[in-house]
Amino acid sequence: MTLTPVITEHWDSPDLYTLEGYRRFGGYGALASALKQDPDSIISVVKDSGLRGRGGAGFPTGMKWGFVPQNDFKPHYLVVNADESEPGACKDIPIMMANPHALVEGVIIASYAIRASHAFIYIRGEVPNALRKVANAVEQARAAGFVGNNILGTDFSLDIVVHAGAGAYICGEETALLDSLEGYRGQPRLKPPFPAVAGLYASPTVINNVETIANIPYIIERGAAWLRQFGTEKSPGFKVFAVSGHVNRPGIFEAPLGITMRELLDYAGGMRDGRKLKFWIPGGSSVPMLVEEHLDLPLTYEDMAGAGTMLGTGTPMVFDETVSVVKAVTRWLEFYKHESCGKCTPCREGTYWITGMLERFEHGHGQEADVEKIAHVCTQIAGRSFCALGDAAATPYPAALKYFRDEFLAATHTSADEQFDPVASYLFAGATR
Amino acid sequence: MTMTSNNGSDLAAVEMVSVTVDGVTIEVPRGTLAIRAAELLGVEIPRFCDHPLLDPVAACRACLIEVEGMPKPQPACAQVVSDGMHIRTQVSSPVAREAQEGVLEFLLLNHPLDCPVCDKGGECPLQNQAMSVGRPQTRFDGEKRVFDKPINVSAEILLDRERCVSCARCTRFADQIAGDPMLELLERGAKQQVGTAADQPFDSYFSGNTVQICPVGALTSAAYRFRARPFDLVSVPTTCEHCASGCSLRTDYRRDTVTRRLAWADPEVNEEWNCDKGRFAFPYLREGRITSPMIREAGELRPASWPEALDAAARGLAAAGSSTGVLVGGRSTVEDAYAYARFARVALGSDNIDFRVRESSSEEAAFLAAVIAGTPVTTTYESLEQAPIVMTVALEPEDESPIVFLRLRKAARSGRTRIVNVGAVATKGLTKVRGELLAALPGAEAQVLQMLPADIRRALGQPGAVILVGERIASVVGGPSAVAALATETGASLAWVPRRAGERGALDAGALAGLLPGGRQLVDPSARKQVAAAWGIDASELPTGVGFAGENLLAAARDGVLGALVSGGVELGDYPDHALAAAAFTGVGFLVSLEHHHSAITEQADVVFPVAVVTEKSGTFLDWEGRPRPFGQVFRDSLYESDARVLGMIATTMERRLGPSDVAGIRREHAGLGLWEGFRGQVPDRVPGFTMMGEHQFALASWRALIDAGVMQEGEPFLAATARQVGVWMSARTAASLDHPSQVRVIGPGGSIVLPVQVAEVIDKVVVLPMNSPGCSIYRDLGARVGDAVGLVTVKRHEGEGS
Ligand SMILES: Cc1cc2nc3c(=O)[nH]c(=O)nc-3n(C[C@H](O)[C@H](O)[C@H](O)COP(=O)(O)O)c2cc1C
Ligand code: SF4
Ligand code: SF4
Ligand code: SF4
Ligand code: FES
Repeated sequence: MTLTPVITEHWDSPDLYTLEGYRRFGGYGALASALKQDPDSIISVVKDSGLRGRGGAGFPTGMKWGFVPQNDFKPHYLVVNADESEPGACKDIPIMMANPHALVEGVIIASYAIRASHAFIYIRGEVPNALRKVANAVEQARAAGFVGNNILGTDFSLDIVVHAGAGAYICGEETALLDSLEGYRGQPRLKPPFPAVAGLYASPTVINNVETIANIPYIIERGAAWLRQFGTEKSPGFKVFAVSGHVNRPGIFEAPLGITMRELLDYAGGMRDGRKLKFWIPGGSSVPMLVEEHLDLPLTYEDMAGAGTMLGTGTPMVFDETVSVVKAVTRWLEFYKHESCGKCTPCREGTYWITGMLERFEHGHGQEADVEKIAHVCTQIAGRSFCALGDAAATPYPAALKYFRDEFLAATHTSADEQFDPVASYLFAGATR
Repeated sequence: MTMTSNNGSDLAAVEMVSVTVDGVTIEVPRGTLAIRAAELLGVEIPRFCDHPLLDPVAACRACLIEVEGMPKPQPACAQVVSDGMHIRTQVSSPVAREAQEGVLEFLLLNHPLDCPVCDKGGECPLQNQAMSVGRPQTRFDGEKRVFDKPINVSAEILLDRERCVSCARCTRFADQIAGDPMLELLERGAKQQVGTAADQPFDSYFSGNTVQICPVGALTSAAYRFRARPFDLVSVPTTCEHCASGCSLRTDYRRDTVTRRLAWADPEVNEEWNCDKGRFAFPYLREGRITSPMIREAGELRPASWPEALDAAARGLAAAGSSTGVLVGGRSTVEDAYAYARFARVALGSDNIDFRVRESSSEEAAFLAAVIAGTPVTTTYESLEQAPIVMTVALEPEDESPIVFLRLRKAARSGRTRIVNVGAVATKGLTKVRGELLAALPGAEAQVLQMLPADIRRALGQPGAVILVGERIASVVGGPSAVAALATETGASLAWVPRRAGERGALDAGALAGLLPGGRQLVDPSARKQVAAAWGIDASELPTGVGFAGENLLAAARDGVLGALVSGGVELGDYPDHALAAAAFTGVGFLVSLEHHHSAITEQADVVFPVAVVTEKSGTFLDWEGRPRPFGQVFRDSLYESDARVLGMIATTMERRLGPSDVAGIRREHAGLGLWEGFRGQVPDRVPGFTMMGEHQFALASWRALIDAGVMQEGEPFLAATARQVGVWMSARTAASLDHPSQVRVIGPGGSIVLPVQVAEVIDKVVVLPMNSPGCSIYRDLGARVGDAVGLVTVKRHEGEGS
C-alpha cells in the first residue's frame, strides 16, 4: 500500500507553518467554502465521510458533533485535545509543529458546524515549541480575518484560546481536560451528563483530537466520498502513523487505514541492524502488545480489535529482541502509577500494588505466585475503574504474560538487566553502561 | 431515599418505574439510584463515597453491581434506574461480588489497620464492610505508603491521611453543603490526600460534620479524639439547646459525662447536619456548676438547705407580691417558660414578665403577639427549599441560625430560590447562598422595606414566597411594623427566626407581659377565662393591667417600683444597657435567681437555686418554625431539678397552688388550652426610624457570631479557636478614606476599643463589629447599640497595645 500524504503532504516545504506557506497550497479555501454552507450540512459531510476520532477511541466524529443540542440558547464550545502524553504517541505534536494551520482551519470549520463561538486548544504544557507554533498560527489567522468577529464577512464569529496544560497525563482524558481547563484539578467527571450536553462550563462541548480536526479542512475541500476511497468501510480515511522504536528510520508515515505493520516497517527502513522483532504495540502503551504473527493484519479499528488489541493512537512502537519485556512493562506501570489521578480505588491502589510487584521482578526478586496474582489484580482494575486510564494500566501485563511468561518466571531469580543487556537496546550510538 | 417531606399531592405526581433487583421487581420513583432501590429491598450494597445528601462521585467503586445490557459492572451509587432495568447485586451476581471484594482488598492495601487506636473502631464502615464483603486474608505483601499523622486541617479537625480512603465525602460536604470549599483532595495516585491550602485552614462552622460522615477514622475532632470507644458509650436522642434551628442531636455519654454530640438525622429539620457549636459546645454542662441553694446572710451568700432557701424565697416574694418582675432567659424549655409564665400570674399575681434578654422594643412585643405567638407551623424548612424567593431581614443566618443557612444554600443551589438580604453587608454567608444585598443602614431597614424595588416586591407576591425576620428587628424603629405590612401586602409567608432555642417557646408559653399562653391576650375576656380555667383559678385572680416588659421592667426594678425580681437563665451582659441592667439587679429589693452557673446575677441574688441543664431534664424547644423539638433526659439519676420544679416548690412554700410542674403534666395542661382563634392584639404600625450620624461618624451594624464569647461555649478551646477573627469590617472606600489603617479605635457613646480592620463588602458609612466576641462587646466596650453612630480613629500599631 502506498503512502498518501494529506496532512503531511507539504511538510517538506519549510514555511508550511506560516499563513502564507499554508495558503500557497490552497489553505483556508475549505473555510471559505464551509462558511457558504449551512452548519448542518458540514456535520452531514463529516458524518458521511465516516471519519473516526484519532484520539484513541475511534468514535465517529460526525456523530459526536450531531449530539450537540441545537437552539438551546447556551454557548457551545469546541475543545481540541492536544495533550498528547501517551507513551509512544507522537503524531499530534508533529502535526502542530509542521502544519498548525490545518488544525486552526479545522477548528474554525468545526466550530462553525457545531455553532461554537469559542474554541480552546489544550496543548500539553511540556512542549512549548508546539504551543508557540499553534499560538502564532491562531494570531496569523486572526490577523487575516479567519478568527475574530464576522469571519469572511459572515455573521459567524469565533475566538480561539490556546491553553497550556500543567503536566498530567490524565488531563488528556476529555472530562479531566475540561476540569483542568476550567481551572480545577484535572480528574475525570462522572458521566452522564456527557460533554455534548454539559461539558465546558456546563455547556454543550465537542472534544476532538488534533489529528481528527486537522482532517476536517481536507474533507470539506475534497468531499466525503474522497475520504471513503481510503481505508475500509469501518475505518475510512488515512492515518498519520508515527513509528518509533527499534527501526532504522523512525518517523511519521501517512497512509490509508488498512496498511499493515509489515508495510510500515518497510517504510521505516526495517528493523534496526537487521535484528529480530520481539513485540510491537499498534497505538500507545495503553493498548495490548502484538508480536511477529500479527504483522500482516490491516491496521484498522476492526482488525486490531479482532486481534485483541486496539488501533489506539495509531503510533506503533517496535521492540526488538534486545528488550526485556519485564522491564518494559514495569516502566509502563510506573508511568500509570505516577499518572493515576487517584480518584478511584482500583486504579489508584491497583497501580501501586502491581508496580511494586513488577519492580521486584525487574530486580530478579519476583515471587512466582505473583505472576498469576498480577494478572488477577489486572482483572480487578480493568472494567472497574472510573476512567480508561485504569483500563489502560491493566493492559500491558496480561498481553506480555501471554507471549513472554518464561521471562517473568526467569525474573524470579535473574534481573531484567542480567537477562537482557540494557545497553544493547539503547537507540543512541555508542551507548555504554 | 429522599422522598422526604414533599406533600401528598407532589408525591402522587412522581412518575414510578419498575426495576428488578436480584430477581425481585419493585416500583420506585423515576430518578432513583440503584443503591437506594436495593436498600428498599433490604439489600445493602457496600459503599464509601455514596451519601444520600451529596452529589454522587462514583469514585470508590465499592458498590459495583451488574446491570443487564451493560458490559461492565456499574457503580450503584450513580446508576439511575430506568423502567424495566434488571440489576444484580452481590446477592445474586458473582461478578458484582468479585468486583466488590476486589475494591475492598484495594482499599485495605494502603490502610494502616490501626483500628486498636482509631476512634472509628467499632463504628467504622471500612471495618464493617471489610468483614462483610472483604477477603479474610490480604494478598498484599509490599510496603504501605505512610504520611505524617495527624495533621490539623483546622483547630478542631485533625486528619490521619493514612486512614483516608479518598471517598471525597468531606470535600464534597465542604464544597456542596457548607459552601466552604477549603478542604480539597491534593496530589495524585496513591499520594492523593485530603488537605487545605497552606495559609487557609478548613474554616467552616460546619466542619464537625465531616468527622461524622468520614467512613473511616481519617477525620477526628480534637475534642473527642482518643476519649472513648463507641461501644462504651450510651446514646440518647436529644435536641440542641444552642439556637432556634432546632437540630436533632445524638448525645453520647460515658459514666456521667457527655463525650460527644452528633447530628441526628431529621429530614424535615437538620437533615443529617448540625453546626460546630451544637456539636462541640457541651463542656459547660459539667463545669462551673452551682451545686447547692444559697441564701444571702449578712451581705454574703452562703450555701443553704433546700427548705431554708425555699422559705427565704417564699417570704421575700410573698412580700413583694404583684410588684415582682420575672425574667426568663431565652434558653428555657417550653415547659420551664410556661412554668415561669404561670408562676408570675398565679403565685405572684404579676404580669411583669419578659423572656427577651437582649435588645427589645414594645413595637416588637406587639408584633410578636399579633403575628407570631401561638400560630401553627406553616413556614418550614421545606418552604425555604420550595420558595421562589426568600427575603431575610435583620438576620445573618450563617451566624444566627445555621441550619436555616444550610437550607437556604440548598435552595439556592437547586436554582429555584432567589435570596435577598436587607442589610448593610454582603457577608460571605450571603455569597454562599448566592444572595443579593438590598442595602439598608442599620436601623433604617424599615424605610427600605417600604420602598422595595418593584421586581422584589412582585417576586414576594409569588406563591410560596417567604420573609424571614430576625430578632434584631427589635432594634429597628418601625421594623416589625414594616415587615408585618409587607407580608400582608404581598401575601408572602412570614417567619420570625430568633437566635436562642427557647425564645419561640417562651413566647408561645406566655412569658411576655400582656400575653398568656398560645398568643392569648391578657386583656381579652375569653382568653382570660380559658387560661384561668386551665390554671384552676378564677379569671378575676389573673393580673388585670398589662405589666412591665423590656427595659421598662428593668427600670422599674432599679427605681423601686418593683420590689422583687425572679430571674432564670439570664446573663447580665446580654442586655444592651449594661448600666440599667446592673442597677436593676443591684437596686431591686429582693432577687431570686435560678441558674446552673454562677454569674453576675447570682452574685447579687438574695436566694440562688441550682437548676438542671438540658442533659438533666426532659423538655421541648420550639424551633423557629414553631415545630416542637422534644427531648429526653440523658442523665436520669441527676439530682438537679428543672426550673419548673423549683418554681413549683417555691409556690408550694408560698401556699399557692400552681398545677403540675413535671414535664408531662405541664405538656398536658398546655396542650389542653388548644389553639387560640380569638383576638391577638393590634399589629403595630410605627413610622420608620432614621439612622443618624455626624459627618465623620459611622452607623454600627452588629450581630452575635456563631462562635463567640457566649457562656455556654466555655471550656472548649478547640471550638473557640475556630471562631472568625474579631475585627471591624468596613468598606474598601471607608478604609481608603482613613488611609488604609491596619487597626482603628472605634469610639462609642460609652467607651472605645481598638480592633484590626477587615475590608469587607460593607455599605459605606457603616462599620460592623461582633456583638459579643472575645475582646469585643459593643454593649460593654462601646456602650453602643446597633444603629448607633460611632467614630473611627486610625491607630498606629504600637499605640494599640495595652489599650
Ligand atoms: C488517560 C487518557 C488520556 C488521553 N489522552 C488523550 C490525548 O492526549 N489526546 C487525545 O486526543 N485524546 C486523549 N484521550 C482520549 C480522549 O478522552 C478523547 O476520547 C479524545 O480526545 C476524543 O477525540 P476524538 O474523538 O477526536 O478521538 C485520552 C484518554 C484517556 C483515558
Ligand atoms: S481510573 Fe480512576 S484513578 Fe485512574 S485516572 Fe481514571 S479516575 Fe483517576
Ligand atoms: S478524610 Fe474521610 S471523608 Fe475525607 S476523603 Fe478521606 S475517607 Fe473520605
Ligand atoms: S444549628 Fe443551632 S440547633 Fe443546630 S447544632 Fe447549631 S446551635 Fe444547635
Ligand atoms: S459508593 Fe459507589 S462508587 Fe463509591
